[in-house]
Amino acid sequence: MSQDTEQQEPVAQPAGIVERLVRDDVDRKRFLKAVGGAGAASFGAFVLAACGSSKSSSTASTAAVGTTARSGASTGDVAILNYALTLEYLESQFYKSVIAAGLFNGKVGALLKDFGSQEDEHVLALKGAVSKLGGTPAAKPQAKFPISNAAQVAQLAYTVENLGASAYLGQAGNIQSPEVLASALAIHSVEARHAATLGTLVKKSVTPNGAFALPADMSTVLAAVKPFIA
Amino acid sequence: MTAETITDNKLAHPELAAFEVHGITRASFMLRGALAAGAVYGTSAVAPFVSQALAQSGGGDAEILNFALTLEYLETAFYTVKGKQVGLSGQAKAYAKQFGMEEEQHVAALTGAVKELGGTPVKKPTFVFPVTDEQSFLALASVLENTGVGAYNGAAPSLKSKQILGVAGSIVQVEARHAAAIDLLIDKSPTPNGGFDLPLTKKQVLAKAGPLIKS
Repeated sequence: MSQDTEQQEPVAQPAGIVERLVRDDVDRKRFLKAVGGAGAASFGAFVLAACGSSKSSSTASTAAVGTTARSGASTGDVAILNYALTLEYLESQFYKSVIAAGLFNGKVGALLKDFGSQEDEHVLALKGAVSKLGGTPAAKPQAKFPISNAAQVAQLAYTVENLGASAYLGQAGNIQSPEVLASALAIHSVEARHAATLGTLVKKSVTPNGAFALPADMSTVLAAVKPFIA
Repeated sequence: MTAETITDNKLAHPELAAFEVHGITRASFMLRGALAAGAVYGTSAVAPFVSQALAQSGGGDAEILNFALTLEYLETAFYTVKGKQVGLSGQAKAYAKQFGMEEEQHVAALTGAVKELGGTPVKKPTFVFPVTDEQSFLALASVLENTGVGAYNGAAPSLKSKQILGVAGSIVQVEARHAAAIDLLIDKSPTPNGGFDLPLTKKQVLAKAGPLIKS
C-alpha cells in the first residue's frame, strides 16, 4: 500500500504511549506493573458472573467490565485510536502474508481476502480519525507472523481475531468521544464476525467466552502481539 | 450542512446520513463534520455510521436496556421455543441450542442491570415467528442477529454509564459472532456490511423486529 510508505520513516514527534509500549520493552513492563493484576482479576470475576443467571451475577458482571475498562484509562482517544491502528496494521499485514502464501483457495480463500481488505479499511479509517483529532497516526509496525501451513495459519488467524475483538471491547469504556466510540463499535463487531468465521474453520466455538465476550486491556494485548512485531 | 441534518454528498451512503441529530454539543458536531470531510482521504467508511449512531434519541440507560431486553427476549423465544417446533437438524440444531442459552443469559443480565438502575424491566412479550422449516428459520435467525448487532451498535454511544457500556459491548460482540455463524451456514457473507457494521436507530430496529412482537 503506497500510502503506508511514509509511515515507515521515523515520525517527527512521538505519537503516544502505544508506540513507546510497542517499541520499548522497559516502558511496557513499567506500564504492566502500574496496571497491576486488575485486568486479570476482573476477567475471572466476569467469567464467574457470566456462568450464573441470578440478579447478583449480573451485578458482578457489570462491575467487572467497568473495572477492566478503567484499568486501561489515562490515555485519551488519540492514544486509543493509535493503539487500534497498530493492531489493524498487524492484522492487515497478517492477511497479506497469508494470501501471498497461497495456502487457501475457494470459499475460504475468498473470505480471508475479504477480511484482509476490511482490515485495510480499518487502517485507513483509524489513520483518518487520528489525523482529524489533531494527532499523529502511529507508525506502521513491521509484522512477522509465522506462516507455515493452512492448519497453523487458520489457528493463528483465530487467535489474532479473537484478540482484536477483545482489544476493542477493552477500550470501549475509555473512549471519550461518542463519534470515536461509534466508529470503534462499528469495527469491533466486524472483528467479532471474523473471529467467529475462523472459529468455524478451526472447528472451535464461535463464542469461546460464552454469552459474554471478555475484554482485554492494552497491556495484555500488547504483550500478546509483541512476538509478531519485528 | 446544518446542525440538524447531515447532507454531505461526499458520504459513502448519503441516504443513511440524513438523520436528525439531537442533543449533541457544538464541538462534537464539528468533529463529526471533520470526520465527514475525511471521506476525501479514504475514511468515508466512518462518517455515515457515526451520524447514524448519534441519531439515537437518548432516553436514559434503563430505557435503552429495556429495548435491548425486548430484543433478547425475542431471540431467546425464537431459538428455544420456535427452534424446537420447527425441527432443526445438524449444525442448525446445535447453534439454536447454544445461541438460545446465550440469549437467555443476556436476558438475565439485562434484567438485573435495569433493576440496578432503578428501572422496571419490561415484561416478556409474546411473539409470532413466520417460519415453517429449517431454511426459513435460519433466514430469520440471520435477520434477527444482524439486527441485534445494529441495535446495540446504534444505542451504545448514548449510554451514560461506562459499566453498562461494557456490558452492552460484551453482548454485541456475541451477537456479531452468532450473526456470522448463521450467515456462513446459509452461504451468506459473514460481514454483510463490509468493514464497518451499520448502527441502527430504534425505528429501524422496530421496523424489522416489531412485526414479530404480538403483545
